[in-house]
Amino acid sequence: MREPAANETALGEALLAAEDVSLSFGGVRALTGVSFDIRKGEIRAIIGPNGAGKTSMLNVVNGFYQPQSGRITFKGEVRKSMRPYAAARGGIARTFQNLALFRGMTTLDNILAGRTLKMHRGFFWQLLRYGPALREEVEHRRRVEEIIDFLEIAAIRKVQVGRLPYGLQKRVELGRALAMEPDLLLLDEPMAGMNLEEKEDMSRFIIDVNQQYGTTIALIEHDMGVVMDLSDRVVVLDYGRKIADGTPDEVKRDKDVIRAYLGETH
Amino acid sequence: MLYREVGQYKSSYAADMAVFPILQDRIGIAVILVIAYVVFPLIGNDFLLNTILIPFLIFSLAAIGLNLLTGYTGLLSLGTGAFMGVGAYACLKLTTIFPHVNILIWVLVSGLFSSAVGVLFGLPSLRIKGFYLAVATLAAQFFLEWCFIRIPWLYNYSVSGAIEVPLRTFMGVPMTGPTATSLTRYLAVLTIVVVLTWVASNIVHGRIGRMWMSVRDMDLAAELIGIRLFRTKLLAFAVSSFYCGVAGAMMVFLWYGGAEAEVFAIDQSFLILFMVIIGGLGTLIGSFFGSALIYILPIGLRLIPGNFGVPIRPAAAEQLTFVIVGALIIVFLVVEPNGLARLWQIGKQKLRVWPFPY
Amino acid sequence: MHVLYLIFVDPFMQMVHSPDLLMQTLWDGLVGGVLYALIALGFVLIFKASGVFNFAQGIMVVFAALTLVGLHEHGVPAFVALGLTVLVMLVLAFGVERLMLRPLVNQSEIILFMATFGLTYFLIGFGQLVFGGNPKVMIAQDLYLPSGAIEWKGHFGFVSFQKIDIAAVIIASIMVAVLAVFFQRTRIGRALRAVADSHQAALSVGISLEQIWVIVWFAAGVVALTTGIMWGARSEVSFSLQVIALKALPVLILGGFTSIPGAIVGGLIIGIGEKLGEFYWGPLLGGGIENWLAYVIALGFLIFRPQGLFGEKIIERI
Repeated sequence: MREPAANETALGEALLAAEDVSLSFGGVRALTGVSFDIRKGEIRAIIGPNGAGKTSMLNVVNGFYQPQSGRITFKGEVRKSMRPYAAARGGIARTFQNLALFRGMTTLDNILAGRTLKMHRGFFWQLLRYGPALREEVEHRRRVEEIIDFLEIAAIRKVQVGRLPYGLQKRVELGRALAMEPDLLLLDEPMAGMNLEEKEDMSRFIIDVNQQYGTTIALIEHDMGVVMDLSDRVVVLDYGRKIADGTPDEVKRDKDVIRAYLGETH
Repeated sequence: MLYREVGQYKSSYAADMAVFPILQDRIGIAVILVIAYVVFPLIGNDFLLNTILIPFLIFSLAAIGLNLLTGYTGLLSLGTGAFMGVGAYACLKLTTIFPHVNILIWVLVSGLFSSAVGVLFGLPSLRIKGFYLAVATLAAQFFLEWCFIRIPWLYNYSVSGAIEVPLRTFMGVPMTGPTATSLTRYLAVLTIVVVLTWVASNIVHGRIGRMWMSVRDMDLAAELIGIRLFRTKLLAFAVSSFYCGVAGAMMVFLWYGGAEAEVFAIDQSFLILFMVIIGGLGTLIGSFFGSALIYILPIGLRLIPGNFGVPIRPAAAEQLTFVIVGALIIVFLVVEPNGLARLWQIGKQKLRVWPFPY
Repeated sequence: MHVLYLIFVDPFMQMVHSPDLLMQTLWDGLVGGVLYALIALGFVLIFKASGVFNFAQGIMVVFAALTLVGLHEHGVPAFVALGLTVLVMLVLAFGVERLMLRPLVNQSEIILFMATFGLTYFLIGFGQLVFGGNPKVMIAQDLYLPSGAIEWKGHFGFVSFQKIDIAAVIIASIMVAVLAVFFQRTRIGRALRAVADSHQAALSVGISLEQIWVIVWFAAGVVALTTGIMWGARSEVSFSLQVIALKALPVLILGGFTSIPGAIVGGLIIGIGEKLGEFYWGPLLGGGIENWLAYVIALGFLIFRPQGLFGEKIIERI
């Protein structure tokens, strides 16, 4: 268990609540009546065996999939469905299991692209790239450079991300999400395929983001050590149903969870 | 040794974000502009200006237009020829209705008409991508071509069914029509192309360029960082068609001096697409390289046998050109799928670290 | 109101009043559609197996027909020329695989697409250089293809069926049937379907991609030859056919890029649709709408069913 965060006092208010969410594709049920909440300022882990519906859950949260039933409350607003664009506007950022970077663009451009919603200079200023438009670019560049420093990727600033090693690409993707200054950050297996050292770096970044910026984080992760260390609360999915929800310690002792993971039949 | 960025420190983000951050590049651009504006007009004969430079610049502009759409935004279009046609016919109608306004203004304004039509035919891009979209743009190509032939109002009911470019002057100097010299037309084309290239470079280096490239590289992720796909794609269609429209208007008014609908047929679309791909998708300089290679190479090929005294029928030379260009396209794609611009970049990189390999 | 009448009522009135004209239009559309379907079939074969959007399919039709007629002009007996042309298509398939596909393996779709453009240019130039650029007459009689027409008189008028059209429909049907059996029942067909599903998986079970590509391009070449003979016999062998071959693209949109039944049904819909459109609605717009109607039909279709008639609904995953 990590030390309690400085902002833990604010914990308790739900930033996002999913109630009874069900989702299916054709006849295949991906989620069945899942309810859980994410509280402001916490790190919330979503775990479960392969195919448990974790990624589907994140996809519902940021509007890729429209659930057939159930509802989602975000920042006190109830909604049945949402477009990804609206989710981004509302302050939800996301990274992906299999990387969804803009491969043809440089690290800098990728992270700057994350600032799109915060840039407002109109089309005609863009044509001239002069005056307000240029000032705006520079101002956001400054902000992006902070993120680059934070993630220690200054050396690859001007490298096309398609040519970067996997671990660095994961970092750039996190950088792009951070550039949006989100209220809720969804991380889909941020440490998949990483070696121990990279995992430690990434864990440090996640904790720093949570503590320095007070960003609420929901993450999917398979490495149980990481999950137990990082998260405040854990929700466990299996076959699209929620089977446990609580602190890491509670979840670790839960019979259903042990059964789901170890495949015991009794 | 000559091409180094070492020692050129940037003290502000603005300097680092400039389009040409390296001093030598800026000098290079200045030299090219001097050659284009001073040397060519001084030494240029009619052949150089009218047969090589004017069409080269016009094709470059059209290629930039298509590159904004296909190279930067990842939307494949086969309707470039028709969008160029919209520009040309719009320009004819505008200058017929308002003959006293400067023709160069109408050349630029006709691009806006092309934009509007481009947006209209870009609407299906909401739902479809890739080759499906390409076929959708073919609908634009054939429908517009049909309009150019079947609506006599568009070509002022001329007997030949072709656009006949009227005489228009600018401060007493003929700009268009049979009496306009190739030098005046060259300077007009050059200025428009330089300005529009500069604008295109501004667009692609800023927020809009990043939005386009995001959509190209990973549209779902682009949506997630708050980019509205549909709007972004339509904007790409609009800007791209604007460039193509201006290129089309210049083609008829400042180069051919008259044209039939055939000029804007599907072959033209393919030709421009070649230029973009051979030059390099997603690079502005590549559009110029591609235009130079695809347009000037066949002219060169046609000249060679004559100069070496090889007896060859003109028809056979034409066919041989097809064979060679076709083979070259495949060879280029095999050697460098990322186009001439990539070769250029590699060359610069080599120069930067010369005499060491890394 | 009058306009609405002309669009929504009058054409149907005409259809009812003179069913013989309707029959004739439908038949012409059907034959045109069969030929579109054949070109589309060539596209589908190649797209399925190699992911290449083969723009050169249209020119392959012209090139095959030109080779056949050209050889005959040089005194080669018709059926020997036919055999030689098949051989030429085989050589072409080998050449394409060796010089184009193999060096470009793993490149993006658009690069491969552009390479087939290069192939198109090459074949246009090469074909003209060797056989000349003038339109030629197909050697239909020497190949024992029928000519003339059958006239069928009903109590409402008469419809004329060109014998060559009937032959085209029959031969096309046989061809499709043979291909279907080939792909469903033979070992190579199974390998081909495996490749279409996943290149990597096919490689891992020991299927040779190179071999499959040659076979598919050859099959597409034979389909092109058949199309060329039929089309050539109906009109003439010329390079203008190339633009008509682009009509196969809307057919693909309707049928889906990977579906053989889709190509056939799509071809028939486009063929019949554009003939009906041209005949009954064309005059309202001043005629010539045949040039773009097919694309607009496809476009309208795309809005409602982007995956085509037989394609599966695409679920985007991330």
